[in-house]
Amino acid sequence: MTEWLLAETGYTPPGAGDFELPPFISGVSWATKPALLALLSVIIIVGFFTFAMRKRALVPSRVQFFAESAYAFVRNTIARDSIGEEYRKYLPYLVALFFFILVNNLFGLFPLTLFPTMSRVGFPMALAAISWITFLSIGISRHGFFGYFKAMMFPPGVPAYVYPLLAPLEFLSTVLVRPVTLSLRLFANMFAGHLLMLVFVLGGEYLIHQPGPVKIVGPVAWLFVLALSFLELLIQVLQAYIFTVLTALYIAGALADEH
Amino acid sequence: MEGTLNLVGYGLSAIGPGIGIGLIWAALLNGVARQPEARGMLQPMAFIGFALTEALAILGLVFALVL
Repeated sequence: MTEWLLAETGYTPPGAGDFELPPFISGVSWATKPALLALLSVIIIVGFFTFAMRKRALVPSRVQFFAESAYAFVRNTIARDSIGEEYRKYLPYLVALFFFILVNNLFGLFPLTLFPTMSRVGFPMALAAISWITFLSIGISRHGFFGYFKAMMFPPGVPAYVYPLLAPLEFLSTVLVRPVTLSLRLFANMFAGHLLMLVFVLGGEYLIHQPGPVKIVGPVAWLFVLALSFLELLIQVLQAYIFTVLTALYIAGALADEH
Repeated sequence: MEGTLNLVGYGLSAIGPGIGIGLIWAALLNGVARQPEARGMLQPMAFIGFALTEALAILGLVFALVL
Protein backbone atom coordinates (compact mmCIF):
# COMPACT_ATOMS: atom_id res chain seq x y z
CA MET A 1 0.00 0.00 0.00
CA THR A 2 2.84 2.38 0.78
CA GLU A 3 4.21 1.85 -2.70
CA TRP A 4 1.41 3.53 -4.52
CA LEU A 5 1.30 6.24 -1.91
CA LEU A 6 4.92 7.09 -2.54
CA ALA A 7 4.63 6.75 -6.30
CA GLU A 8 5.98 9.47 -8.53
CA THR A 9 2.49 10.83 -9.16
CA GLY A 10 2.23 11.93 -5.53
CA TYR A 11 -0.70 11.49 -3.22
CA THR A 12 -3.62 9.41 -4.47
CA PRO A 13 -6.72 10.19 -2.42
CA PRO A 14 -8.94 7.24 -1.44
CA GLY A 15 -12.09 6.91 -3.50
CA ALA A 16 -15.09 4.75 -4.17
CA GLY A 17 -12.78 2.02 -5.46
CA ASP A 18 -11.56 1.35 -1.92
CA PHE A 19 -15.01 0.00 -1.08
CA GLU A 20 -14.98 -2.62 -3.82
CA LEU A 21 -13.39 -5.53 -2.06
CA PRO A 22 -12.60 -8.64 -4.10
CA PRO A 23 -14.41 -11.87 -3.18
CA PHE A 24 -12.44 -13.99 -0.74
CA ILE A 25 -13.33 -17.17 -2.62
CA SER A 26 -12.16 -16.52 -6.16
CA GLY A 27 -14.89 -17.10 -8.72
CA VAL A 28 -17.77 -16.79 -6.22
CA SER A 29 -18.87 -13.21 -6.80
CA TRP A 30 -21.19 -12.92 -3.79
CA ALA A 31 -18.62 -14.15 -1.26
CA THR A 32 -17.38 -10.69 -0.26
CA LYS A 33 -16.58 -9.13 3.08
CA PRO A 34 -19.86 -7.14 3.35
CA ALA A 35 -21.93 -10.27 2.68
CA LEU A 36 -19.97 -12.12 5.34
CA LEU A 37 -20.44 -9.23 7.77
CA ALA A 38 -24.18 -9.17 7.17
CA LEU A 39 -24.34 -12.89 7.92
CA LEU A 40 -22.16 -12.43 10.98
CA SER A 41 -24.40 -9.64 12.28
CA VAL A 42 -27.45 -11.92 12.10
CA ILE A 43 -25.56 -14.59 14.07
CA ILE A 44 -24.44 -12.00 16.64
CA ILE A 45 -27.93 -10.55 17.13
CA VAL A 46 -29.72 -13.90 17.34
CA GLY A 47 -27.00 -15.30 19.57
CA PHE A 48 -27.01 -12.32 21.90
CA PHE A 49 -30.75 -12.20 22.41
CA THR A 50 -31.01 -15.98 22.80
CA PHE A 51 -28.20 -15.90 25.34
CA ALA A 52 -29.62 -12.91 27.23
CA MET A 53 -33.13 -14.37 27.40
CA ARG A 54 -32.20 -17.97 28.23
CA LYS A 55 -33.34 -17.70 31.87
CA ARG A 56 -35.96 -14.96 31.68
CA ALA A 57 -35.74 -14.18 35.38
CA LEU A 58 -38.20 -11.80 37.00
CA VAL A 59 -35.24 -9.98 38.53
CA PRO A 60 -33.05 -9.72 35.43
CA SER A 61 -29.35 -10.38 35.30
CA ARG A 62 -27.09 -7.71 33.84
CA VAL A 63 -27.18 -9.14 30.32
CA GLN A 64 -30.92 -9.67 30.41
CA PHE A 65 -31.42 -6.11 31.65
CA PHE A 66 -29.33 -4.74 28.80
CA ALA A 67 -31.20 -6.78 26.19
CA GLU A 68 -34.56 -5.80 27.66
CA SER A 69 -33.71 -2.08 27.72
CA ALA A 70 -32.53 -2.21 24.13
CA TYR A 71 -35.74 -3.96 23.12
CA ALA A 72 -37.85 -1.56 25.20
CA PHE A 73 -36.18 1.39 23.52
CA VAL A 74 -37.35 0.23 20.11
CA ARG A 75 -40.76 -0.76 21.43
CA ASN A 76 -41.53 2.40 23.39
CA THR A 77 -39.78 5.29 21.70
CA ILE A 78 -39.94 4.06 18.10
CA ALA A 79 -42.87 1.70 17.59
CA ARG A 80 -45.42 2.86 20.16
CA ASP A 81 -44.82 6.59 19.80
CA SER A 82 -44.96 6.46 16.00
CA ILE A 83 -47.59 3.85 15.19
CA GLY A 84 -49.90 4.05 18.20
CA GLU A 85 -52.18 1.31 19.48
CA GLU A 86 -51.55 -1.23 16.73
CA TYR A 87 -47.79 -1.23 17.13
CA ARG A 88 -47.50 -4.84 18.36
CA LYS A 89 -48.10 -6.38 14.95
CA TYR A 90 -45.19 -4.52 13.37
CA LEU A 91 -42.81 -4.65 16.32
CA PRO A 92 -40.83 -7.77 15.26
CA TYR A 93 -39.90 -6.20 11.93
CA LEU A 94 -38.90 -2.89 13.53
CA VAL A 95 -36.78 -4.57 16.23
CA ALA A 96 -35.03 -6.78 13.67
CA LEU A 97 -34.48 -3.80 11.37
CA PHE A 98 -33.04 -1.60 14.11
CA PHE A 99 -30.57 -4.12 15.44
CA PHE A 100 -29.53 -5.36 12.01
CA ILE A 101 -28.68 -1.83 10.87
CA LEU A 102 -27.10 -0.90 14.20
CA VAL A 103 -24.75 -3.90 14.35
CA ASN A 104 -23.83 -3.57 10.69
CA ASN A 105 -23.07 0.14 11.15
CA LEU A 106 -20.98 -0.52 14.24
CA PHE A 107 -18.87 -2.92 12.18
CA GLY A 108 -17.49 0.26 10.60
CA LEU A 109 -15.65 1.10 13.84
CA PHE A 110 -15.11 -2.35 15.35
CA PRO A 111 -11.35 -3.04 14.98
CA LEU A 112 -11.66 -6.61 13.68
CA THR A 113 -14.15 -5.80 10.93
CA LEU A 114 -13.58 -2.11 10.10
CA PHE A 115 -16.05 -1.98 7.27
CA PRO A 116 -19.62 -0.65 7.45
CA THR A 117 -21.76 -3.15 5.57
CA MET A 118 -24.20 -0.43 4.60
CA SER A 119 -21.54 1.40 2.59
CA ARG A 120 -22.34 -1.08 -0.18
CA VAL A 121 -25.53 0.32 -1.63
CA GLY A 122 -27.17 -3.07 -2.20
CA PHE A 123 -27.78 -3.69 1.50
CA PRO A 124 -29.71 -0.49 2.31
CA MET A 125 -31.57 -0.87 -1.00
CA ALA A 126 -32.79 -4.33 0.01
CA LEU A 127 -33.82 -3.07 3.46
CA ALA A 128 -35.64 -0.08 1.94
CA ALA A 129 -37.38 -2.41 -0.53
CA ILE A 130 -38.66 -4.55 2.37
CA SER A 131 -39.92 -1.43 4.17
CA TRP A 132 -41.48 -0.12 0.95
CA ILE A 133 -43.34 -3.37 0.24
CA THR A 134 -44.41 -3.52 3.90
CA PHE A 135 -45.99 -0.09 4.11
CA LEU A 136 -47.56 -0.27 0.65
CA SER A 137 -49.13 -3.67 1.33
CA ILE A 138 -50.35 -2.54 4.75
CA GLY A 139 -51.98 0.49 3.14
CA ILE A 140 -53.55 -1.55 0.34
CA SER A 141 -54.86 -4.25 2.66
CA ARG A 142 -56.26 -1.61 5.00
CA HIS A 143 -57.93 0.73 2.50
CA GLY A 144 -58.14 -1.37 -0.66
CA PHE A 145 -56.01 -0.67 -3.74
CA PHE A 146 -57.92 2.33 -5.08
CA GLY A 147 -58.88 3.49 -1.63
CA TYR A 148 -55.26 3.67 -0.55
CA PHE A 149 -54.07 5.57 -3.60
CA LYS A 150 -57.07 7.89 -3.39
CA ALA A 151 -56.31 8.59 0.26
CA MET A 152 -52.65 9.13 -0.61
CA MET A 153 -53.12 11.37 -3.65
CA PHE A 154 -56.32 13.23 -2.78
CA PRO A 155 -56.16 14.15 0.91
CA PRO A 156 -59.37 15.79 2.12
CA GLY A 157 -59.56 19.41 3.16
CA VAL A 158 -57.69 20.75 0.14
CA PRO A 159 -59.30 23.05 -2.46
CA ALA A 160 -60.14 21.12 -5.66
CA TYR A 161 -57.98 23.28 -7.94
CA VAL A 162 -54.82 22.26 -6.04
CA TYR A 163 -55.31 18.56 -6.79
CA PRO A 164 -53.74 18.57 -10.30
CA LEU A 165 -50.54 19.80 -8.66
CA LEU A 166 -50.81 17.91 -5.39
CA ALA A 167 -51.82 14.43 -6.60
CA PRO A 168 -48.73 13.68 -8.74
CA LEU A 169 -46.44 15.18 -6.12
CA GLU A 170 -47.95 13.07 -3.35
CA PHE A 171 -47.74 9.99 -5.52
CA LEU A 172 -44.08 10.65 -6.37
CA SER A 173 -43.10 11.45 -2.81
CA THR A 174 -44.79 8.37 -1.34
CA VAL A 175 -44.12 5.72 -3.94
CA LEU A 176 -40.82 6.79 -5.50
CA VAL A 177 -38.96 9.23 -3.26
CA ARG A 178 -39.53 7.36 0.01
CA PRO A 179 -37.68 4.12 -0.81
CA VAL A 180 -34.92 5.97 -2.67
CA THR A 181 -34.19 8.39 0.15
CA LEU A 182 -34.55 5.69 2.79
CA SER A 183 -31.82 3.59 1.20
CA LEU A 184 -29.57 6.39 0.03
CA ARG A 185 -29.62 8.25 3.35
CA LEU A 186 -28.20 5.22 5.13
CA PHE A 187 -25.79 4.42 2.29
CA ALA A 188 -24.49 7.97 1.88
CA ASN A 189 -23.93 8.46 5.61
CA MET A 190 -22.01 5.21 6.02
CA PHE A 191 -20.07 5.65 2.79
CA ALA A 192 -19.11 9.27 3.42
CA GLY A 193 -18.22 8.64 7.06
CA HIS A 194 -15.93 5.75 6.23
CA LEU A 195 -14.37 7.64 3.33
CA LEU A 196 -13.65 10.57 5.63
CA MET A 197 -11.79 8.26 8.01
CA LEU A 198 -9.87 6.76 5.09
CA VAL A 199 -8.83 10.23 3.92
CA PHE A 200 -7.39 11.06 7.32
CA VAL A 201 -5.73 7.67 7.90
CA LEU A 202 -4.12 7.45 4.46
CA GLY A 203 -3.32 11.17 4.43
CA GLY A 204 -1.53 10.79 7.77
CA GLU A 205 0.37 7.79 6.43
CA TYR A 206 1.43 9.77 3.36
CA LEU A 207 2.56 12.74 5.44
CA ILE A 208 4.61 10.62 7.83
CA HIS A 209 6.59 9.23 4.91
CA GLN A 210 7.50 12.72 3.68
CA PRO A 211 11.02 14.04 4.25
CA GLY A 212 11.45 17.06 6.50
CA PRO A 213 9.45 18.56 9.36
CA VAL A 214 6.11 18.01 7.63
CA LYS A 215 6.27 14.49 9.18
CA ILE A 216 4.90 15.90 12.44
CA VAL A 217 1.54 16.62 10.84
CA GLY A 218 0.92 12.91 10.17
CA PRO A 219 0.19 11.91 13.77
CA VAL A 220 -2.02 15.00 14.10
CA ALA A 221 -4.15 13.63 11.27
CA TRP A 222 -4.39 10.34 13.16
CA LEU A 223 -5.52 12.21 16.28
CA PHE A 224 -8.27 13.63 14.11
CA VAL A 225 -9.27 10.07 13.23
CA LEU A 226 -9.81 9.44 16.94
CA ALA A 227 -12.08 12.48 17.20
CA LEU A 228 -13.89 11.55 14.00
CA SER A 229 -14.58 8.03 15.29
CA PHE A 230 -16.76 9.50 18.04
CA LEU A 231 -18.69 11.50 15.44
CA GLU A 232 -18.98 8.31 13.38
CA LEU A 233 -20.29 6.38 16.39
CA LEU A 234 -22.99 9.02 16.87
CA ILE A 235 -23.93 8.95 13.19
CA GLN A 236 -24.03 5.15 13.07
CA VAL A 237 -26.47 4.89 15.97
CA LEU A 238 -28.48 7.86 14.68
CA GLN A 239 -28.87 6.41 11.19
CA ALA A 240 -30.13 3.08 12.56
CA TYR A 241 -32.63 5.07 14.64
CA ILE A 242 -33.74 7.29 11.75
CA PHE A 243 -34.22 4.37 9.36
CA THR A 244 -36.40 2.55 11.89
CA VAL A 245 -38.37 5.65 12.90
CA LEU A 246 -39.12 6.52 9.28
CA THR A 247 -40.23 2.95 8.54
CA ALA A 248 -42.52 3.10 11.57
CA LEU A 249 -43.90 6.46 10.45
CA TYR A 250 -44.54 5.20 6.92
CA ILE A 251 -46.41 2.21 8.37
CA ALA A 252 -48.36 4.62 10.59
CA GLY A 253 -49.19 6.74 7.56
CA ALA A 254 -50.46 3.69 5.68
CA LEU A 255 -52.61 2.70 8.67
CA ALA A 256 -54.09 6.17 9.21
CA ASP A 257 -57.87 6.15 9.01
CA GLU A 258 -58.68 9.84 8.89
CA HIS A 259 -59.84 9.83 5.26
CA MET B 1 -6.33 20.37 -9.96
CA GLU B 2 -8.60 17.52 -10.94
CA GLY B 3 -12.18 16.77 -10.14
CA THR B 4 -15.65 17.60 -11.25
CA LEU B 5 -17.65 20.78 -10.90
CA ASN B 6 -20.66 18.62 -9.98
CA LEU B 7 -19.41 18.49 -6.41
CA VAL B 8 -19.38 22.29 -6.16
CA GLY B 9 -22.96 22.22 -7.41
CA TYR B 10 -23.81 19.62 -4.81
CA GLY B 11 -22.28 21.81 -2.12
CA LEU B 12 -24.48 24.69 -3.24
CA SER B 13 -27.58 22.50 -3.41
CA ALA B 14 -26.97 21.21 0.12
CA ILE B 15 -27.27 24.74 1.57
CA GLY B 16 -31.04 24.78 1.19
CA PRO B 17 -31.77 21.42 2.88
CA GLY B 18 -29.21 22.32 5.56
CA ILE B 19 -31.09 25.48 6.47
CA GLY B 20 -34.41 23.66 6.19
CA ILE B 21 -33.40 20.83 8.52
CA GLY B 22 -32.07 23.37 11.00
CA LEU B 23 -35.39 25.20 10.96
CA ILE B 24 -37.33 21.98 11.49
CA TRP B 25 -35.36 20.89 14.55
CA ALA B 26 -35.35 24.45 15.91
CA ALA B 27 -39.12 24.50 15.66
CA LEU B 28 -39.33 21.11 17.39
CA LEU B 29 -37.05 22.30 20.20
CA ASN B 30 -39.14 25.44 20.63
CA GLY B 31 -42.35 23.47 20.72
CA VAL B 32 -41.07 20.90 23.20
CA ALA B 33 -39.55 23.61 25.39
CA ARG B 34 -42.88 25.41 25.60
CA GLN B 35 -44.98 22.30 26.03
CA PRO B 36 -42.93 19.21 26.98
CA GLU B 37 -45.94 16.88 26.99
CA ALA B 38 -46.53 17.56 23.27
CA ARG B 39 -43.27 15.83 22.39
CA GLY B 40 -44.85 12.52 21.38
CA MET B 41 -47.10 14.32 18.91
CA LEU B 42 -44.53 16.74 17.52
CA GLN B 43 -41.62 14.37 17.02
CA PRO B 44 -43.17 12.16 14.28
CA MET B 45 -44.20 15.25 12.33
CA ALA B 46 -40.69 16.64 12.66
CA PHE B 47 -39.24 13.38 11.36
CA ILE B 48 -41.57 13.35 8.34
CA GLY B 49 -40.58 16.93 7.54
CA PHE B 50 -36.94 16.10 8.10
CA ALA B 51 -37.15 13.13 5.71
CA LEU B 52 -38.78 15.25 3.00
CA THR B 53 -36.24 18.05 3.38
CA GLU B 54 -33.28 15.72 3.45
CA ALA B 55 -34.61 14.06 0.30
CA LEU B 56 -33.51 17.20 -1.59
CA ALA B 57 -29.94 16.85 -0.35
CA ILE B 58 -29.92 13.14 -1.18
CA LEU B 59 -31.28 13.77 -4.68
CA GLY B 60 -28.57 16.39 -5.12
CA LEU B 61 -25.92 13.88 -4.11
CA VAL B 62 -27.28 11.30 -6.53
CA PHE B 63 -27.36 13.74 -9.43
CA ALA B 64 -23.89 15.01 -8.57
CA LEU B 65 -22.49 11.50 -8.78
CA VAL B 66 -24.59 10.23 -11.70
CA LEU B 67 -24.71 13.10 -14.17
